[in-house]
Order: sequence, then C-alpha cells, then structure tokens
Amino acid sequence: MNLEQLSLLQQLMVVLAAVVLFTSFVLLEQARIVAAIHAFAWQGVLVALVTTIVAISGEQLHLIFSAVLTLGLKAIFIPWMLHRLVRRLQLDRQSEPLRRPALVIMMALALVIFSYWLVLPMVEKEFIFTRNIVAVSLAVVLIGLLMMVIRTQAVIQVLGFMSMENGLFLAAVSATGGMPLVVELGVAFDVLVAMVLFGVFFFQIRQSIDSLDVDRMNRLTERVDDQT
Amino acid sequence: MDHGLSNISWGLALLQVLLYAVLSPLLLGWLRKVKARLQNRRGAPVWQPYRDIAKLFGKEARMAHTASQLYRAAPYIVFVSTLLAAGAIPLITTDLPTSAIADVIVIAGLLGLARFFLALAGMDVGTVFGGLGASREMFVAALAEPAMLMAVFTLAMTAHSTNLSSVVDYQLLHATELRPSYIFALAGLVLVAIAETGRIPVDNPATHLELTMVHEAMVLEYSGRHLALMEWAASVKLLLYFVLITNVFFPWGLAQDTTLISLGISFGVTLSKLLILAMLLALSETVLAKMRVFRVPTFLNLALLLALLGLLSHVILEVGA
Amino acid sequence: MTSLLITVFTPLVGGLLLALVPRLSWAGWINVLVSLISLIASVVLAIEVAQHDVIHGWGFRIDAFNIYLLVLTAFIGVTTSIFSRPYMQYVCSSGLTNSLGMRLYHTMYQIFLFTMLLALSTDNLGILWVAVEGATLATVLLVSLYRTPEAIEAAWKYFILCGVGIALALFGTVLLYFAAQHVVTEAAIGLSWSHLYKVSGQLEPTIMNLAFVFLLIGYGTKVGLVPMHQWLPDAHSEGPTPMSAVLSGLLLNVALYAVVRLKMLVDGSLAATATPHMAGYMLMGFGLVSFLVAGLFLHRQRDIKRMFSYSSIEHMGLMTFAFGLGGPLATFGALLHMLVHSLTKSAIFITVGHTAHIAGTQTIDRIRGLIRTQPAVGWGLLIGVAAIAGFPPFGVFTSEFLLLSATMQTQPWFTVALLVGLVIAFAGLFRHLHPMVYGAPPQGQQPVKANMLPVLLHLGLVLWLGISIPVFLAHWLDRATQLIAGAHLL
Repeated sequence: MNLEQLSLLQQLMVVLAAVVLFTSFVLLEQARIVAAIHAFAWQGVLVALVTTIVAISGEQLHLIFSAVLTLGLKAIFIPWMLHRLVRRLQLDRQSEPLRRPALVIMMALALVIFSYWLVLPMVEKEFIFTRNIVAVSLAVVLIGLLMMVIRTQAVIQVLGFMSMENGLFLAAVSATGGMPLVVELGVAFDVLVAMVLFGVFFFQIRQSIDSLDVDRMNRLTERVDDQT
Repeated sequence: MDHGLSNISWGLALLQVLLYAVLSPLLLGWLRKVKARLQNRRGAPVWQPYRDIAKLFGKEARMAHTASQLYRAAPYIVFVSTLLAAGAIPLITTDLPTSAIADVIVIAGLLGLARFFLALAGMDVGTVFGGLGASREMFVAALAEPAMLMAVFTLAMTAHSTNLSSVVDYQLLHATELRPSYIFALAGLVLVAIAETGRIPVDNPATHLELTMVHEAMVLEYSGRHLALMEWAASVKLLLYFVLITNVFFPWGLAQDTTLISLGISFGVTLSKLLILAMLLALSETVLAKMRVFRVPTFLNLALLLALLGLLSHVILEVGA
Repeated sequence: MTSLLITVFTPLVGGLLLALVPRLSWAGWINVLVSLISLIASVVLAIEVAQHDVIHGWGFRIDAFNIYLLVLTAFIGVTTSIFSRPYMQYVCSSGLTNSLGMRLYHTMYQIFLFTMLLALSTDNLGILWVAVEGATLATVLLVSLYRTPEAIEAAWKYFILCGVGIALALFGTVLLYFAAQHVVTEAAIGLSWSHLYKVSGQLEPTIMNLAFVFLLIGYGTKVGLVPMHQWLPDAHSEGPTPMSAVLSGLLLNVALYAVVRLKMLVDGSLAATATPHMAGYMLMGFGLVSFLVAGLFLHRQRDIKRMFSYSSIEHMGLMTFAFGLGGPLATFGALLHMLVHSLTKSAIFITVGHTAHIAGTQTIDRIRGLIRTQPAVGWGLLIGVAAIAGFPPFGVFTSEFLLLSATMQTQPWFTVALLVGLVIAFAGLFRHLHPMVYGAPPQGQQPVKANMLPVLLHLGLVLWLGISIPVFLAHWLDRATQLIAGAHLL
C-alpha cells in the first residue's frame, strides 16, 4: 500500500488513528487521576473526529449521529462523571505513579507490534487500508487491557476499560463504517450503564476497604488456609 | 558538471558553513530579545551575542594550573566539529557537493565528538562543577541520542535514504501527504532538540545556579577566546537543530538548485522560518518552568516513545505490506 | 411471533414493574407470575416452532437449537423464582440486605432473564453481544448485594473480568462484520446470523479465524473456561443463592450457545481451507483444560458454593470439548448435557441455599449431618450430587456416556483424559459430600422451612431424561444436531 493512493480524508484518518494510539500511551503513563481523565476525554474527541471523517468521506449519515453520540458519551459525559466522582471521593490530588514505567511502555509497544502481527495474514488488497487501522485499534484495546492489569487504582482501571471501548469503536468505525445503528445504540447504552455501575462500585469499594486500591481486595483466593 | 561550476558549488558549500557561523549569534540574539519582550523587558539588542563573542576574543584566556593540553584544544575541536556537522545540513539549498556527506549518522557522530570533548574538558580541570556538568550532559545525551536517531530513521525509512538532502528532496516532492510518522518524529525531535541545546525545561541557559545548570557548568572555567568558541559552538548547535527541524519537516521554499534567484528566495524563506521557530521557542520558555534534573529522564523517555511510535506508525499505517 | 414477543419481553416489563411495586411482600409472587407467563409463552412458541421448523422475523430467529434453550431458560426462571421468594424473605429478615436490596434483586432477576432470552432468540450477532453484556450488568449488583468485603471483591472481579472478556468478544464481532461486509451488500443484515450462515462459505477465512479467537476468549470468559474462569467461583459463592442457580444454570449455557453459533459460521468459512477444524480444535483445547483443571480444584474447596461452581466449570468444559469434537453423536450428547446439567446444577444450588440456611454457614467443614436434621434437604443434596457426578440412571449419565462413545469413535486417546477427569471430579465431590450429609449434626441444628418442589421437579426431569428421552425432545435435539453438525443422529 502506498500513502499517495489514499485520499486526503483517508490520510487524515490514518493520522488521527495514530494520535489515538498516542493518547493511549499517555493514558497508560499518567500518574494523576485527573490528568488521566483528561487524556481519556481527548481520546474520545479524537475517536469522534475519526467517526465524523468516515461519515463525510463515505456519506453515511447515521455515522454523524454516532459521532455525536461518542462525543457526548466518551468525551463529555463519562469524563464529567468521573471528574465528579473523583472530587467526591477526594482523589483529585492523589497521584499513583506507575511502577517501572519503562517496562510498561516497552510492553505496550510490544502489544502494538503484536496486534500488527495478528492482522498481518489479511493480505488481500481491498483489506489493507482498513487492516492497518484495525491493527491500531486492536493495539488501543490491548493497551487498555494492559492498563487494567497493571494499574491497581479502581478509577484508572475504569479508564482502561473505557479506553478499550474507544479502541473497539475505532475499529468498528474505521473497518466497517460503523455497526448497524441498533447495535451501536445498544453498545452505547451498555457503556452508559456500566459507567453508572462503576460509580456505585467506587463507593462500595471505598466503604469496604477504605481505599480504591483494588489490590487490597484479596480475600477471595484459592489458598488452602482460607478461612471464611 | 564542468570544473568551473564545481568550484562555484564548493564555494557555495563553504558559504553555507560560513552562514551557519554568522547567523547563529543572530538567532540567539533574536531569541533572547523575543523572550525579553514576552517578559515585559526591553532586552539587549539583537546583535548583542556578536558583541559578546567579539569582546571575549579580545580578552586574555586564563587557564587553571591543572589544565592539560586537552583543555586547550577542546574549544577548537568542539567548534569545528559542530560547524562541520551543521555544514552538512542543507540550509538554503540541497544541491551542494556537501550533500553527499549529509548523512544523519555522520551528523550524529560529529555532534557526539563535540559532546565528548566538551565533557572531557569539563572534567579536565578537576573542579566540582565541571564534573557535575559533564556527568549530567552525558546522562542527557545517553537518552536523547537514541531518540534522535530513531526520529531521524523514521524519516529515512520514508525517503529510503539516511542522506538528509534526499530526505528533504523527498519531502518537497510529497509535500501534500499527511504522515502520522512525521508528526511523531517531529514531536520527538523537538523534545530532543530542547534537551540537546540545553533550553528550558531541561536546562536554563541564563542561569549559573549550581543545582540546575548543565552546559554552563562545563564551560565555567573557560575564559577569553576559549569561552567565545564554546559559546559560539553552542549557538551553532542551536541553529543546527533549528535548521534540522524547519528544513526537514517544513522544507517549502528551500532551493533545489543553485540559481541566484532561488537561492535568494530560499534564504529569505529559511530565515523567516527560523525566526518564527525562535519565537515559538521563546514563548514556550516563557510559559514553562525548568524541571528537576531527575525528571529529565521522563521527558526524554517521552521523546523516545514518540520516536518509536513514529517508527511503528510508519511501518503499520504507511507501508503495511 | 406473538408468543415469542411475550416470552422475551414479559420479563422486561415485569422487571420495570417490580422496580415500582408498592408492597415488597408482593414482589416475590409477581416474580413467580411474570416468569410463569414467560414460560407458558415459550411452550406455545415451542409448539409453533415444531410446526414451522424456523420462525424468523423482527430480527429474531427461533430454530431447533435455541428453542429448547429458551424453554429451559424460562423453566429454570420459574422454578428458581419459586425458590427465591421465601429464600429472599429469609435473607431480608436475617439483615443481610434491606428493602432496597430486595427491590433491586427482584428487578434485576427479571432483567437478567430478559437478557438471557433476548440473547437466545436474537438473530443479530450485535444484539447478542449487547444482551450478554447486559446480563453482566444486571447481575453484578446482585453479586455485591450483601455488601460484605468479599461480596464487593467478587463483584468487582466479575465486573472487570467479564467486562474485559466481553469487550474482546465485541472486537471479534467487529471483525466478523468486517468480513461480512465484503460478502453481504446490505449493511443492515451484515450481522444477521441466518444471513451469514447462508454465505458463510464466502467469508474471508483469515479474518474469520482471527475473529473467532477473540469471540472464543470473549464469550469463553462467560462460559467460565480456564484460564478466564477466575470470576466464576467468586461470583457464585458471594452472591445470593438464587443468583448462583441462574448463573450456573442459564448464563453459562447462553454464553456457550453464542460460541457454538459463531463456530458454525467459522466452520463454514474455513471449510475450504487447509485447517477446516481450527475452531473445533480450539474449543477442544479450552474445553479439556477447563474440564481437568476444574476437576482438580474441586478437591481443595472449603466453601460449598465455590465447590459447585467449579463443578459447573468442569461440565462447561466437557460440553465445550464435545462441541469442538463435532459430529452428530458428540453434538447430540453436548446438547443433552447442556439441558441436564442446567437442571441438575440449579437444583443443587437451590438445595445448597437451604443447606446454608440450616447450617448458618457456607463453609463445608461446618456443615454436618444434614440427613438427620432435615432429611428432605439431605437427600436432595445427595441425589443432586449423584446426578451431577454422572451416576445412572440420571440424565447426566446418559449424556456423558454419549460423549464418551463419541470421543471413542473419533479421538480415542482423549477418552482416557475424560475418564480420568470424571473420576477426579467424582472423588472431589464425594469426599466433601459424605460428611456434610451423614456426619454428626452440631448441637442445636434446626430444620428450616424449605420448599423442595423446584428441586423435585428438576431432579425428576433429569431422572426421566436418563431413563427415556421423550420423543418430541429427541426430535428437537436431533434437529438441532442436524443444524450444528450437519447430519442426523436418529
């Protein structure tokens, strides 16, 4: 594939997809919770932008709707809600530095390469442009997953979860021009409900272990001396 | 190519090297002026750096008793190798005989040589500050150099050449393409440039505060013409990075031949680009605060990450075989 | 069509109704009533399907494969709601939860049933995903209903693990849609299973292969396949017991159902390639590992509900293995096993609910002498475990026998692994069971008010299925087998 063969809008899409990947890295490294929420909001804005571009270039009007939906949900509502929760839980000054940042970044880079390797077998010509963006989206998904594994702070884990959703949405939009509207609405609804439930859980966890460090929840293990 | 023309182009190449030497204090003066204005000061005139250098050349060069021959030779080596590295980067035209050696690896090597002697000279006298500055300089360089090479390799992979002139030619030919890798490489290179030329937030060139200084600490013992050469070399290095950034990423207007008109246009365009970039740097230096030395690795890791992402996005999104 | 809509949407309406019900004492009864309406409608639907073969429309598709799961889901919904009415009153009076929790429980119970029925009946793979994710969302607050630190930890683990898993499934769905777009021109039907099944031969095999990996990991998390099973024992042991019954009896089945439906598409796509059975091999691998690992874990459990949840993982592993094996005999056996396992396991969890009530604890070491304190519960547990362990004449024996003979026919070496696994699981269950049922009861252990009707119904059905499978059911299963494996058994 050659970049010159792509239209300007497609090139812009490629650039934006790459920047989305970069925000994933920023999110992964972020120590301060509020800053991480902002990074997530920017990622939402970028995904909404990609959606708009696909909508314009493919003249698919229903994608405009999903772009607005993404912007409203991922870039405004969820960050706003997390912000409020963080302030109510008095976490806004808390910072949770990443342990071994260089190693984590290396792992994330390895995930990028891995996701590219996964999609490589799709060699048919018509797939190649989308395949590459699918690789980037998959990397965003996997970095979100890595974030959930490595970070132990509940709010940051939720951000990881939500950025996985962003990656999925990016894949859906760029590879397939958006899922059917009813599915998209269903997914958005699920994300919304999940966010509300996460909010409920923050308070429950806080009440239970007096912190949001989920590593401290370790009562349920397969130890033999486990007494309940 | 007949002999006479070849002489002219060699002359042009020499002129370009001289231009670097002549222009660099101007850039520094302009930078300081803009910064002063942004901070509501009047500031020194733009040509103040010329006066400083001239003044230093006129003074006696005092040296410590413990200083060796290396200490005496270092300013010349640093200045010449920096200037040589600069001369290889196309300033106003890509069609020069020196463009054959304008390879990024050569440039990195020459800069490395300059840095090596700078650090050695810093340690030579045996004062605390010199050693401290030298170790900090090497610490920054160890992180900045891979990032720089990675960023430049991203460009080289796109242009299929590590020769800067070819890279610039390729850029001029494909100017309308949006490349994610270029954005990452540019961002990475800007961070590297800030670290390498000792600007805020990595180092503050205007201070002699022992807790923070890096470059100033190494040249603290120098005086007279030696100091003048060291300062001049530093300003050439700043110009070098400026030119690298402007002419590789925004090469529009750069001459690809050696006719007088295009050279003139190119000179004007390049100069204004450099001045604009200097204004941007002044702005960022006004806004940002100097970071602690131990935060510098984070800063440079970001540069490395950007450069790596540039490389990856080139492979994944642009080539995608 | 009407009966289908009633079956699926009654629980949704019921759930909203239960959120608003003025008197909490009615909630239990309304819960039973709503489930019952759904069950009756599903039976009517089953009769319709028997006449028309396939019912199609409005984005739904009912064929032989999902109709029996629909009826099963509605049935277990009813029996568990019968059990849960008095049980939840006991929970509420013992102070583990309050009236708000009760309201939440009843609402979410119906919403959960709705998501299960929707997932089973929909033709759209996107909606399938939405429904399965919805099931997590509906149940996650129920897992943390008791608000103990353990319950909250279990719920968080459940939420995060299933959330991640299901997100990967969505990625698989996106890839599937991507492959479909190059075959199906109309975007609206690009995720319709019936449509994709027709054209599955043209779907790009490389993409389908990749998509299936993600789908298997995603839905496999919900099935409880090792190593994505971590959430399952926690959620089962810390949530209210009726929840454990429906999770084990229904959710795992639905997730497996999704995997099998998707495998049918992938098989169609890969048929012409060098590795036509790739999907089957993956299922066999995951299934066998889950089966053996869960069997081993059975031995070291101290919590009775955790123990039975590992038994669920074991059986899900066996079914996954069987579906992976393919062929009419294995498929028939797996379908039958889905049925009998759901019935038996939910009966066991209901009994376990009573058991924990009697003993006042879920710790196996402190549950003793059930048969002397309350013979009905003791016998219920004993028979239930005998059934799940695969003793004749129960249905689980029949299905496991079918699975073993199918394995013997195609992959004889795996039979050894299966037999060893069955023996390990059997030993694991009985070493814990024996003292619980026969040991000396602690001082002052009192019988409780227990409604054993659901247990009796379930175990009776399992016994019936073990002795003779009714003709109409055999035909259903055979048609489903024909659909999945491409050949009749009978």
